[in-house]
Amino acid sequence: MTDNLNINAKPRSKIKDVWDQFKSHKGALLGAIIFFSIVLLVMVGPFIWPFDANQIDIRSRNQGPSLLHPFGTDQLGRDTLARMMAGGRTSIAVGLAAMALSLFFGSFIGVTAGFYKRLDGVLMRFTDLFLSLPLLPLLLVMMLLFREPLSEAYGPERGMFVLIVVSIGITSWMPTARIVRADVLALKEREFVLAAKASGTSDTFIILRHIMPNVLSPIMVSATLGIANGIITESALSFLGLGFPPDFPTWGRLLNDAVDYLQQFPERVFWPGLAISLTVLSINYLGDGLRDALDPRMRKR
Amino acid sequence: MRIKSLFVGLAAALIATASFAGRGSDGNVSIIYWQAPSILNPYLSGGTKDIESSSMIIEPLARYNETGALVPFLAEEIPTVANGGVSADLKSITWKLKSGLKWSDGSAVTSADVKFTGEYCMDPDGGCAQLEKFDGVTNIATPDDRTIVVSFSASKPNPYGPFVGGQTPILQKKQFANCMGAKAPNCTAENFGPIGTGPFVVTEFKPNDVIQMKANDNYRDPNKPAFATVTFKGGGDATAAGRSVLETGEFDYAWNLQLAPEVIANMEKAGKGVAIAGFGPLVERLEMNMTDPSPSLDADTRSTRKAPHPFLTDINVRKALSMAIDRPLLVEIGYGKAGDVTCDLVPAPDLYAAKNTHCLKQDIAGANALLEKAGWKKGSDGIRAKDGVKLSILYQTSTNAVRQDFQALIKEWWQQIGVETELRNLNASVFFGGDPGSPDTYQKFYADVEMYANTFDGTDPQAYLSAYRCGNEPKPESQWQGANINRYCDPAYDALLDKLSATGDLKKRGEIGIQLNNMLTKDSYTIVPLVHRGRVSAHAKSLGGVVLNTWDSELWNVADWYRIK
Amino acid sequence: MLTYIARRLLISIPTLIFISLVIFLLLNLAPNDPMAQVPLTVPPEVKQKMREALGLGQPLYVQFLKWLIQLFWIEPQVFIDYMFNTSFSEGKLRVISWQTRSPVMDIIVQRMPQTLWVVGMSYVVGILIAIPIGIYSAYKQYSVFDQVGTFVTMIGYSVPPFFTGVFVIVIFSVQLGWLPSIYDTTHTVVDWETFKIQLKQMVMPVMVLALQTTAMINRFMRATMLDNLNQDYVRTARAKGLSEWTVVMIHVLRNSMIPVITVIALNVPAIFGGAIITEQVFKVNGIGQQLIGAIYANDLPTVQTITFMFAVLIVLFNLLADIIYGILDPRIRYD
Repeated sequence: MTDNLNINAKPRSKIKDVWDQFKSHKGALLGAIIFFSIVLLVMVGPFIWPFDANQIDIRSRNQGPSLLHPFGTDQLGRDTLARMMAGGRTSIAVGLAAMALSLFFGSFIGVTAGFYKRLDGVLMRFTDLFLSLPLLPLLLVMMLLFREPLSEAYGPERGMFVLIVVSIGITSWMPTARIVRADVLALKEREFVLAAKASGTSDTFIILRHIMPNVLSPIMVSATLGIANGIITESALSFLGLGFPPDFPTWGRLLNDAVDYLQQFPERVFWPGLAISLTVLSINYLGDGLRDALDPRMRKR
Repeated sequence: MRIKSLFVGLAAALIATASFAGRGSDGNVSIIYWQAPSILNPYLSGGTKDIESSSMIIEPLARYNETGALVPFLAEEIPTVANGGVSADLKSITWKLKSGLKWSDGSAVTSADVKFTGEYCMDPDGGCAQLEKFDGVTNIATPDDRTIVVSFSASKPNPYGPFVGGQTPILQKKQFANCMGAKAPNCTAENFGPIGTGPFVVTEFKPNDVIQMKANDNYRDPNKPAFATVTFKGGGDATAAGRSVLETGEFDYAWNLQLAPEVIANMEKAGKGVAIAGFGPLVERLEMNMTDPSPSLDADTRSTRKAPHPFLTDINVRKALSMAIDRPLLVEIGYGKAGDVTCDLVPAPDLYAAKNTHCLKQDIAGANALLEKAGWKKGSDGIRAKDGVKLSILYQTSTNAVRQDFQALIKEWWQQIGVETELRNLNASVFFGGDPGSPDTYQKFYADVEMYANTFDGTDPQAYLSAYRCGNEPKPESQWQGANINRYCDPAYDALLDKLSATGDLKKRGEIGIQLNNMLTKDSYTIVPLVHRGRVSAHAKSLGGVVLNTWDSELWNVADWYRIK
Repeated sequence: MLTYIARRLLISIPTLIFISLVIFLLLNLAPNDPMAQVPLTVPPEVKQKMREALGLGQPLYVQFLKWLIQLFWIEPQVFIDYMFNTSFSEGKLRVISWQTRSPVMDIIVQRMPQTLWVVGMSYVVGILIAIPIGIYSAYKQYSVFDQVGTFVTMIGYSVPPFFTGVFVIVIFSVQLGWLPSIYDTTHTVVDWETFKIQLKQMVMPVMVLALQTTAMINRFMRATMLDNLNQDYVRTARAKGLSEWTVVMIHVLRNSMIPVITVIALNVPAIFGGAIITEQVFKVNGIGQQLIGAIYANDLPTVQTITFMFAVLIVLFNLLADIIYGILDPRIRYD
């Protein structure tokens, strides 16, 4: 409507365009709202909520939900809501950071290998190598080499954070790289890329302008799956004694600890399970909306 | 007298035949171990799962029963000084085999098999896991087919090392003759299916997965075992094992359910089985590092006796740390009926148990007063300090749900007495491994306090207590191997240890043992015991004859198991 | 194309040897110890002797060369002996596991059936469910079907198998008593009855694993289908009067398969690698359980051999994927 009326007005900014498209995507909007409320809750919640995540109150252990403890308490009488909020901070941070890292590595290697034939062989054999490395020994070696220097540089918790994010990141970029490469291999033979090449456009420009937008959807899928993967891998690391210090709750760890109590206290698995699923779902919808919004063809529709 | 005992024997045999319909009449029994057996030769493994699974097939001369007393298995009786079986100078022991014993292949068991077993383990290239049991053995003689004389280089107050207990069963010479020393690993068929004297023989062994067995046709008691076949499944986790016996009834026996007490109690409600507990000498304890683990020290000094610990060398600090702990609560939360409060390093057997009670009650106020008196004053951050040294502790242990709960609780209590704690949990295969290149092994002890559990085989704690001898500590020169984990060193303790190894009289040994135990715990607080841990296993309600034994293999009396109809 | 395949296969050999060297060094650097699971009651001196008996004292390059020779020279002989009843390998030392002191290959062969039954089957089930759902979801984007599909698959992916596995056991084994909670690896299928038992014990692990596969493949399928449905060629094809079925199922699907093929090819080796957690939960004791057990026990020969075979499959299946790209989209050329 407005477009027709303002034919002579200056071209609308691209960001506004994207935002308009995004807004009209109901799922995406809902996803964004849920995701940002979760983030807000875990960031601000611990400052408001009267209980500390590690505050032990042995007299009120194993309690069900009540007004005082809406999510109940665990086997040491710690407040589950407080632990969920503290855990969410770590889990979301780890999930996002690890996903970003693995996406960056994956897309970079995938695009480079797909676009430059000469680098393809080397990069893909490098990917094969990483796919073959057994995860657990690799992590043990990383802990051995880098835990002390990192915890000296950043303190024990932040050092661990960096280490965990990097470990998950560098052990999960390979599928993204292979998928992106496969797409690029097909894309670079398409007419519009060939035309751009023929007209002397620089490689960097072709990649950013023509290739990247077209491999966005597999990257988005990898991103959503990557967040879930990051959160769950972190819990596996804690479970193996390779993760955060034991008085550092995360969603994955809460879920893991609660599985044994599945029959007595089903709510204990329910909360972290719900939180992880909700986060992943909301990011999935957010990603869907973002992809649609960024895709010029979709915008035209 | 003779006639009477004959009568009693006959009556017993009659009763036995009445209650057991005979060998193989009760069908199949299924056992689940959440750690899967990888080999059926305990000399090559040392793992509990392997020792216990093989104990159904191969047997020693004598075993410990559920009270820790020795009972003859392949031997006719237990040799003692009183019956002349052990020489007066304690330098040799003479065993006599039961008559008419047969291997499962039908051939006769002779003293040569026993002698061979000793030689097999003592071969220098074999890497035998049970070598310590043969410590000091100079010669194994076989005067006749049924007699074995084991001689020791020095007097052995406890001569029941070789061929006693699940760790050192008798192998068949004929089968293993070509498997000595370096050839041991080539003998896959032998290691997976040893010929034995036990109630069962292997029909199929899938390593780290499942063992199938059938009753031994040549077992010495013609009416046993009651079961014709055994399925021995391994793998998974303790929860699943407990569930399969207590809740779904798929299995008859589950080993070592290290689970939270509420979880077990809830599983028992299903009514399919019962959990049983037994106590050996296993103690969960805190070890106080007497040396400085600070990362600023170089590798040759860190956590060695060259650098004494800045504050844990003060006995008041160690004592206060112990006083702040509420042990009954730890037991309630972590172990339930599988745990007991203890202040001793050696809580059992009775002869050696000091039964101290000083630590049973938590005393936060007392601990605070003690630290205050010793000059440790609280700073503005609530952490006590003296001469610029802060009471700040790094507390490490292996990864396991109960241990992490303990860490959280103890951290909280220590905070109440003005001690700051950083927690660390480590992967068990790194923590308990001895890789000298890793900073995270329990031997290296790059922390102020660490928590783990330890025990000893059999009923004699001499070797266990000797661990804390001066010079036995892990150090760079010994590639960080050594059993004196807390780096305790007291000449008086060493002198007392020497006295123990020269004393044969059991009552006196008990007294010395208690004294040694007290020096490490009550008098010095270098070891702070927390929980006397028992073992919980579960069996189906329809499985009879189970007697939980923590001094030997749990499956020690599997020949007596039967189906309740 | 043939020269390309030949060249790739040739390059694979040095690649694989390099990969195995990296794995070997990694395993040796890791702070694990094969003695970690031996009880603390065994004194340190004895443990040291046990390590020496395992050959741990030897220099690294000797250990590595020994492994190479055992795997590439002696193991094939064992295989020939087995096939033709010859005796080339007699008395030669094979790759021996430190845990079981038996040939690693024998255990791998022993564990193949349950791994293929459970993990392989779950993969097939997962793909068969994921692809049609993905296609239909994309075709009817934002329909109720699509929304429900997205919801279920995303929850399926974000709830880890250590939870779903226990959850289905509690419901179907404990509460209802329909299915066994522990997989019986000794069970052999001989007739209809035993087949039903096999089916019963497979249902839960297969479904738990298939949930993950379905979620993953379904997401990629849907996303690339959506991308392609909006392309100009679809409009052209429709304008030409081609039937909707031909347009979607032939043209669009063919062009959308590339990422999906990649994901499938990436995960086929994982079938062989087994599913560590699911195998553990259901006691399937396949190759995944063997690998994780060997890692915990620091059984280097076993870990090294399994990861190497894993690497071979990765290299082969990635090559296969590259070939399929060329078939799906003839514009992709490698030479």
